[in-house]
Amino acid sequence: MNGNVKIKIKELNLYYGNFHALKNINMDIRTNRITALIGPSGCGKSTLLRTLNRINDTIDGVRITGEVIINGKNIYGEDMQVDRVRKEVGMVFQRPNPFPLTVYNNIAFGLEINRMVKSKKETAKIVQESLEDVLLWDDLKNNLKMSALNLSLEQQQRLCVARVIAIKPQIILLDEPCSALDPKSTANLEELMQELKQKYTLVIVTHNMQQAARLSDDTAYMFMGNLIEFDQTSTIFTNPSKKETDDYVSGRFG
Amino acid sequence: MRQFDLEMNNLKKRLVDMAEIVQEMIKFSVDMIVKRDINLSKEVFNREREANLTEIVVDDTCLKLIALNQPVGTDLRFITSAMKINSDLERMGDEAVNICEIGEELLKYPNLKPLIDIPKMAVAVIAMVKDSIEAFNLSDADLADTVLSKDDEVDELKKIIIKDLLAFMTNTSDQTTLIRAIDLMFIAKSLERLGDHATNIAEDVIFMVHGKDIRHLKSL
Repeated sequence: MNGNVKIKIKELNLYYGNFHALKNINMDIRTNRITALIGPSGCGKSTLLRTLNRINDTIDGVRITGEVIINGKNIYGEDMQVDRVRKEVGMVFQRPNPFPLTVYNNIAFGLEINRMVKSKKETAKIVQESLEDVLLWDDLKNNLKMSALNLSLEQQQRLCVARVIAIKPQIILLDEPCSALDPKSTANLEELMQELKQKYTLVIVTHNMQQAARLSDDTAYMFMGNLIEFDQTSTIFTNPSKKETDDYVSGRFG
Repeated sequence: MRQFDLEMNNLKKRLVDMAEIVQEMIKFSVDMIVKRDINLSKEVFNREREANLTEIVVDDTCLKLIALNQPVGTDLRFITSAMKINSDLERMGDEAVNICEIGEELLKYPNLKPLIDIPKMAVAVIAMVKDSIEAFNLSDADLADTVLSKDDEVDELKKIIIKDLLAFMTNTSDQTTLIRAIDLMFIAKSLERLGDHATNIAEDVIFMVHGKDIRHLKSL
């Protein structure tokens, strides 16, 4: 596949204790595209996603070998600081998890702890831009002091995306971001992701194969810790090169 | 607008453009015979390449739209209709090429007779293509319905042409007369087929809009 590579995964292995969860993964994730990771439960897709911003590091007994190269640097290199990685690689989770703060402070918080702003005015500007990018500004501009927990689930999830993009990452990881949302909110969030890919590189884990099909540009099919096939989504869903992939996407297996 | 809707609109536009090309092909192919201008056949052959390429692109687009979006209801009927319309349009391009090839043969001889009904048939057929694709573009089943009745006109013209040409053939044993008459018959036959393809498109549009299959009602 052609195109600029944003994340280069080289010979990546991950062990949970004795369990070999990711087996020699090699993969080039391309810039300004949506890459979907699909596969049956336990195949390693979420684990793989979580290696991309080193969230697995917090789990006891995890051992990782191989490289994940972002902007020419191995994020598992010795001189790499985890907070730097997480600033460049933002994450949105399965269930919306806004902080129990106001809408405004949900976004301002990350800016302040990352010391990204010099003045209140600058903070306000970025809060507005981030909320505009996720199409929440018009709805919430008069309610910025409202608790984020009072928003609808879709709004909460949009706020979580706004919180990520406020600190200007280059990559956004999404771990089943629509699984708590109804179909209409899912469609809205998918539309948002299509817009975000103009500026960011998106990697999404989804259980919903239809979502991977209609939303992503590239799709990786994983099974039992192996990357079985990785290609353009249109190829994976019309003419995959491996029979296992065909069986999975056509619902005969998995 | 959803990505899917954008792609559906592009698909529609592609077919409308393809129908435009096909209309030009029919016009040039008949003009070539009427005006006895062999250069017009180039215009037809050039456009055929374009039409063939569009056919491939449209089929590929439809396949991906189905595989990636699992469309149902109106969307599914739109895509399956688009696939059939695509194949009818491509066949129409082939018929225009057939007319040209016969025309190149025909122009080797002087006119057998002044051509009156063949241009008339061409005008009617082009109007059918125009209306059928307009009906598709606007999801206008009523407009599609008018195409169906126009096909009777075209069939009627073909019968008249064959009858006229038979008159030439029965009164002569001159080979060049026979060749020209047969060539003109083939051209009338091609024009009649073109009308049938436009009719197919109109029927697809009615299915797309109402979900009702109106084909072969008399014979089933």
